[in-house]
Amino acid sequence: MLDIQETTLDTLKPGEKARITKVRVKGAARRKLFDMGMVAGADIELVRNAPLGDPMDYRIKGYHLSIRKEEASQIFINRL
Amino acid sequence: MEKREIKIALTGNPNVGKTTLFNALTGSRQHVGNWPGVTVEKKSGRVSYKEYDIEVIDLPGTYSLTAYSMDEIVARDFIIEEKPDVVIQVVDASNLERNLYLTTQLMELGSEILIVLNMCDIAEERGDRIYIEKMQELLATPIIKTVATQKKGICDLLDKVIAQKEVEQHHGHEIGYGSEIEDKILEIEKALSEDENRDKRYPLRWVSIRLLEGDSNVKRKISDSPVYGRVMEIIDSIDQEEYEAEIADKRYLAINTIFPQMCTRANDTLTKSDMIDRVLTNKYLGIPIFLALMWGAFELTFAFATPFMNMIDIASTWFADYVSSSLQPEWLASLVGQGIIGGVGAVLVFVPNIFILFFLLSLLEGSGYLARAAFIMDKLMYKIGMHGKSFIPMLMGFGCNVPAIMAARSIEDEKDRLITILIVPFVSCGARLPIYVLFAGTFFGRQAGTVIFAMYVLGIVIAIISAKLLRGTIVKGKPAPFIMELPPYRFPTLKTSIIHMWDNGFMYIKKAGSIILVGVVVIWVMASFPWGVEYGSEESYVGSLGHAVEPLLKPLGFDWKISVALIFGLVAKEIVVASMGVLYGSGDSSEALSERLLADPGITALSSLSLMAFSLLYMPCVATVGVIKKETGSWKWTMFAIVYGVAVAWITAFVIYQGGTLLGY
Repeated sequence: MLDIQETTLDTLKPGEKARITKVRVKGAARRKLFDMGMVAGADIELVRNAPLGDPMDYRIKGYHLSIRKEEASQIFINRL
Repeated sequence: MEKREIKIALTGNPNVGKTTLFNALTGSRQHVGNWPGVTVEKKSGRVSYKEYDIEVIDLPGTYSLTAYSMDEIVARDFIIEEKPDVVIQVVDASNLERNLYLTTQLMELGSEILIVLNMCDIAEERGDRIYIEKMQELLATPIIKTVATQKKGICDLLDKVIAQKEVEQHHGHEIGYGSEIEDKILEIEKALSEDENRDKRYPLRWVSIRLLEGDSNVKRKISDSPVYGRVMEIIDSIDQEEYEAEIADKRYLAINTIFPQMCTRANDTLTKSDMIDRVLTNKYLGIPIFLALMWGAFELTFAFATPFMNMIDIASTWFADYVSSSLQPEWLASLVGQGIIGGVGAVLVFVPNIFILFFLLSLLEGSGYLARAAFIMDKLMYKIGMHGKSFIPMLMGFGCNVPAIMAARSIEDEKDRLITILIVPFVSCGARLPIYVLFAGTFFGRQAGTVIFAMYVLGIVIAIISAKLLRGTIVKGKPAPFIMELPPYRFPTLKTSIIHMWDNGFMYIKKAGSIILVGVVVIWVMASFPWGVEYGSEESYVGSLGHAVEPLLKPLGFDWKISVALIFGLVAKEIVVASMGVLYGSGDSSEALSERLLADPGITALSSLSLMAFSLLYMPCVATVGVIKKETGSWKWTMFAIVYGVAVAWITAFVIYQGGTLLGY
């Protein structure tokens, strides 16, 4: 059994993978994130942080998507 | 024989090779303009093939059609309202899932879709396998594998387009959103259909789904309808955020159900692009490499541009002299020679700069590095109230403010973009350097280098303060969220970069040109009248104006001569130097001018410092004003840029001059 524990996307470390459970981001960014594939059930991996620590480079649906920690902290995940 | 007309629209995600395909299709028969009312670029072209005359419209690259940005609204309105015969979606085979998301939305719009599968080589190299036959069957659309630059691929594509146009097949491919949402869709459809005068080009189901997703653009479109109130009642009864999530989920779910049947993806192996990123966005190396690349781009710009700039300068001077001496009557000779050719020439000198900056920008964009630049700089930019994407336009500003403001188009958020446009003019462009060189060289001797550097820093500081100020007052709010694809690194295509360079370079000449022309004629009239006075002398209107504004500029340490030079500098800032030459009667020799400046008691080291700061900030040159007008589409913001610039310049110069005087300099 996997140890399933809900947390937020910004806590992921480089190389770690997770599955998105809920997107709590509001406003126009919400729809944009959906459009880019950040939907519940999608698998996501943190590839790296930007050199200054923020934003982050994630791999999702086979491509690289970059978002800030601020938005990542409102996206809920289960670590895989 | 009369040719038959076909209209096709090109659509697709950004970075999928759409522009390359467009260029391959239309060649040089392109027309670049703007979509009506917005600053989104519209490209169209024509191609004759067999007995058909095909019009190709290149829609803006978008990930979706959900009205997140102006690009998306433009693209979907075109598809709905103009009803192109065939909509070609260019799809990146190495990134199928996300690309198909747009496909699901195109299908909902009820358009005839044809898919062009690009980048198959990258997908195959990675070990992916795509079953095109199966994909064709599942999506019920024709699919063509192309290598966009090859002639054969293009002919195949055009054959398929014609076949699809002639067959008029209708695929009833729809995504089901589950019973709860479907019920609401039906309810809204029913309410909408009772309005007999509705815009029937818009599919009812599509409008209903958009409304459930909270699309304000579509809401506005039906706001005049008699059934608006009823529709809003239905929408207010739902948890709109939940619906939005559910609808997106269902679209991806639909993709996920068919996806494994048409593609097997290799395990996530480290691609070449990933390896490049390990270095270029490395924690320690990322920033040094970025700075080195930017520095290199500037060196290259100036190295390449300088000989061309000199040639244009020499040619326009010669031409102006030639016209002045051969044209009759005298006033006409002066207007055309000194006024128009001289003035326009002074601005045209920057054309090589602009062309090269755009060429390099296009190379950076095509390679995928531009996205990394925003990624690397975002944190720093965010701290000053700006978006990572604003960094490149600001940096380009050091070369020339004009292409810098045009480059701000890549910023989606209107507020982020507006702030960028308004603060770019404070970035010290190449044209301001000759002013610093003259005055710092004349009055500061060995400290000249430090003084010039301080001017660049001053510009940056004022830009940052202005950004903060604007964010806190008239352009309230935080920078837009950073949600950006980091596309795989690729070799940029030379043809695309060259076309990009021409398009933007000519846009500058054409659009800014008309305002420049008006500007130089006004300045010429002011410098030449009343007729008979020496050009730009104390007795001319500009001399009188110089005297008139002298009281305003006196607290900054400027006399009427400097005031006149500053008025001339509105055409292009480096003209300040040339007009000082005229006013001091020193001709073209800068040494003679230096000597006369030193001998003039009206100008001191302190007032020259104040003058340098004032020239840096006071008002964008006419070309920049022209481009601000064009890019903001608003006289209000253009006037604001001018007034704000003058105010900031006055205050800064006042502080320098009066502060310095108090300190005893």
